[in-house]
Amino acid sequence: MRYLPNSSADRAAMLQATGHKRIEELFSQIPPELQCRGPLNLPGPLSEQEILEFFRELAAQSSREYVSLLGAGSYTHYRPVVIDTLLSRGEFFTAYTPYQPEIAQGTLQAMFEFQTLMAQLTGMDVCNASLYDGSTATTEAVLMALRVTRRRRVLLARTVHPEHRQVLATYLRHQGFELREVPYSSSGQVDGAQLESAMNDQTAAVVIQSPNFLGTLEPARDVAEIAHRHGALLVVSVTEPLSLALTKPPSDADIVCGEAQSFGVPVSFGGPYAGFLAAKELYLRQMPGRLVGQTVDTEGHRGFVLTLATREQHIRREKATSNICTNQSLCALAVTIYLCLLGKQGLRKLAEQNLAKAHYAARQLRGVPGAATPFSGPHFNEFVVRVPEDAEGLLEELLRKKIVGGLHLERFYPELKNHLLVCVTETISKAALDRMVDVYHGFVTNPKLTAQRT
Amino acid sequence: MKNRIREARPHMTRNEGLIFERSSAGKCGADLPPLDVPALPAEEVLGADLTRTEIAGFPEVSELEVVRHFTRLSTWNYGVDTGLYPLGSCTMKYNPRINEAVARLEGLATDHPFAPESLVQGCLKVLFETARCLKEITGMDALSLQPAAGAQGELTGILMIRAWQAERGNPRKYVLIPDSAHGTNPASVTISGYEVRNLKSNSLGCVDLADLDRAMTEEVAGLMLTIPNTVGIFDSQIRRIAELVHAKGGLVYMDGANLNALVGVTRPADFGVDVMHLNLHKTFSTPHGGGGPGSGPVAVKKSLEPYLPAPVVEMDAKGKYRLNYDRPKSIGRVRAFYGNFGMAVRALAYILANGPEGLRQTTEDAVLNANYLMSGLKDVYELPYDQPCMHECVFSDRRQAARGVRTGDIAKRLIDYGFHPYTTSFPLIVSGALMIEPTESASKEELDAFIDALRSIAEEIEEDPQLVLKAPHTTRITRLDEATAARKPVLRWKP
Repeated sequence: MRYLPNSSADRAAMLQATGHKRIEELFSQIPPELQCRGPLNLPGPLSEQEILEFFRELAAQSSREYVSLLGAGSYTHYRPVVIDTLLSRGEFFTAYTPYQPEIAQGTLQAMFEFQTLMAQLTGMDVCNASLYDGSTATTEAVLMALRVTRRRRVLLARTVHPEHRQVLATYLRHQGFELREVPYSSSGQVDGAQLESAMNDQTAAVVIQSPNFLGTLEPARDVAEIAHRHGALLVVSVTEPLSLALTKPPSDADIVCGEAQSFGVPVSFGGPYAGFLAAKELYLRQMPGRLVGQTVDTEGHRGFVLTLATREQHIRREKATSNICTNQSLCALAVTIYLCLLGKQGLRKLAEQNLAKAHYAARQLRGVPGAATPFSGPHFNEFVVRVPEDAEGLLEELLRKKIVGGLHLERFYPELKNHLLVCVTETISKAALDRMVDVYHGFVTNPKLTAQRT
Repeated sequence: MKNRIREARPHMTRNEGLIFERSSAGKCGADLPPLDVPALPAEEVLGADLTRTEIAGFPEVSELEVVRHFTRLSTWNYGVDTGLYPLGSCTMKYNPRINEAVARLEGLATDHPFAPESLVQGCLKVLFETARCLKEITGMDALSLQPAAGAQGELTGILMIRAWQAERGNPRKYVLIPDSAHGTNPASVTISGYEVRNLKSNSLGCVDLADLDRAMTEEVAGLMLTIPNTVGIFDSQIRRIAELVHAKGGLVYMDGANLNALVGVTRPADFGVDVMHLNLHKTFSTPHGGGGPGSGPVAVKKSLEPYLPAPVVEMDAKGKYRLNYDRPKSIGRVRAFYGNFGMAVRALAYILANGPEGLRQTTEDAVLNANYLMSGLKDVYELPYDQPCMHECVFSDRRQAARGVRTGDIAKRLIDYGFHPYTTSFPLIVSGALMIEPTESASKEELDAFIDALRSIAEEIEEDPQLVLKAPHTTRITRLDEATAARKPVLRWKP
């Protein structure tokens, strides 16, 4: 086996040194009746060449020839080559959690930079060194708000990513907390009046997402006012953080959390990604996950360490702020490299391109007879388009033209039948958008197609 | 070395500042293609009130500066690629490069989780095949790849136990956990709405059957057990333990963090384990990445299958893969989408590279390496449980502590010898633990050098304990002031 460094002679010499004659003796603690009698029924061994062939064949059975207008919590952006060049440094990707800071300053300093970048971007005081993904970051943010306020009730906008809401429900179900959803209004934003009437003195947190799952930016300041008037915290989740390069950060929130995948992490069929959780300094000691802090060594040189570990499970065990052990260091490193490359100007230009392209697409689609963009709130690079009928048929027609046309929202919102969630990033050309619009036109006007559908 | 040598670091390779300190206005490390639709001022669509003018403090650097910055930082790290990394309970094995290559193939790295199933058959097959292989390795009946890491796997598994118990009328109140367990075990149990009851370990570091018998009542939902345990011992009473738990209507959860000791030799399903998690980033060679991403799949017996997180990947009669969301008894979702897919790609590549014989040889080598280390050190360091170990061995610093030197100090001195330290001060049942897991990736040559280093340090402790107490002496920075870091936290750069 090519990964194993010892020869048969090495093994024999080592076995002898342990005072044993046969390797089986080292497994004598395992009762004989529990030991495998034959080899496992598994494929392999394969050479490197065969492995590459195997996965190339699988990679061919993919959507890679298609233009994809899917977003919905996972965004296709261009990834500069430098990201993988640097991530592939073995010192980064084959290292463990930086528990020995003297030989882990590379990871630690990079995570300190990640924390800084994400705090700057979100308008918060501090950010942790990443969490699993956006869904668990939102969940951890809510658990944090419940600890801070010592209340038991959470109000969750229905426009938060449906799968993030499902994860939150799983985590809260057995801890005796109440979770209630707040509907959206005709603007595609959380319904302020409904929210106001749902608030009470047991409400720990109001959770919104901005831009939300319908692509609409939420009025975070107004929601903060409602939440704070009732002594609750405002949690703002951000799943498309590129929006923060153009929109005012939700500084009125108490916790800003979400998904940083947009920044240089591959879409990769849903993971691994990089969740984050940023907050006001006031709540620092209730934050979950790893934190890197700056300090000095015995000679006064600046250095970085994992800090405030007394919040964490390996010290506090069942009283920890979270059961989380790892972060998503390598994904957070990708985010850090990406944000450094783009920088202050590049990130803004990129966000402007996303905004311009998405609004171009929305404008063109509004010109299709019977189609509309029903929600009036402002949007960034994602929006909802309503078609008069048979959205599934339209999506199939788009697929025939090598376009994945978006997400049929009926899947998560039964009332949004024939509503498609469309995402347009810088990777989609005007030509592709025009082709998509042509398919819409053809679909609503072509009687033959309509006949086929009925 | 006795007279301190000051680290000289005039060059930036040793003295790279923060990226923010390298920044100057007007630079950018990325260009965009020209915009091919009409430009749109943000204020026009968002309104001046919502529009951000700038991200204050954000860096402005060229591409070359980014490359140099992170390359320099990387050289301050120690990885498996650098040398022996014997962190106990972490399984720091070689991370094959082919895994990285296939995970980055266009298609696998670019498919969207909400793309139509007909367009993502390759990705679905990766999930299906990885699950099939892991079921064969563990002997379990069903598996979910959704949990993002071991701790989330634990939570998922305990929630499934809860659902199974609840369906039988009473979720019960407690979960039993041995005092040797990893800290995530009790933390996960708490989130699942249970209270933790600790079990004492016996003189062999194993479960005390009498204590288990007393604790295992009909208020207990189940037992969480790490196999082999955190002192590197396979508890040969495992069948009896499972019987005791089952007899009172409880279920057995296995923390599979140490599965690297078992693959191809024995299968957890045969122990009486009902539900377990695996760590793809330990046993199955996906990189630790400086602290994640990991992946913590959960495997179950048939009786627990209905409670798996939704969706599950299935293959239909025509050989097409699909996601089944129709799981009415599911505990729900624990993570968006389908888990850390990219880690499944890497784990599958590792299993294919090894095949059944390679996996068995890997296990044997991992166990042999640990026993070889143990034999080479046990006359110098106290061995609290003197018997053949599995994949790791655990010493105590008791002899060295008499000279005022603790496990953490010995670890720091190992850095000067060119090694990454072992795990310090865990498990908690061993006073001043040195927890060493060489894995199969350590060559005899490197193990010999490691043994020599630890023996040499033991001598240094006798002759000049200060040398060890002030270690490391050869690194870019010396010991860091962790107390001040926690007392006055500085968690971000400010201009």
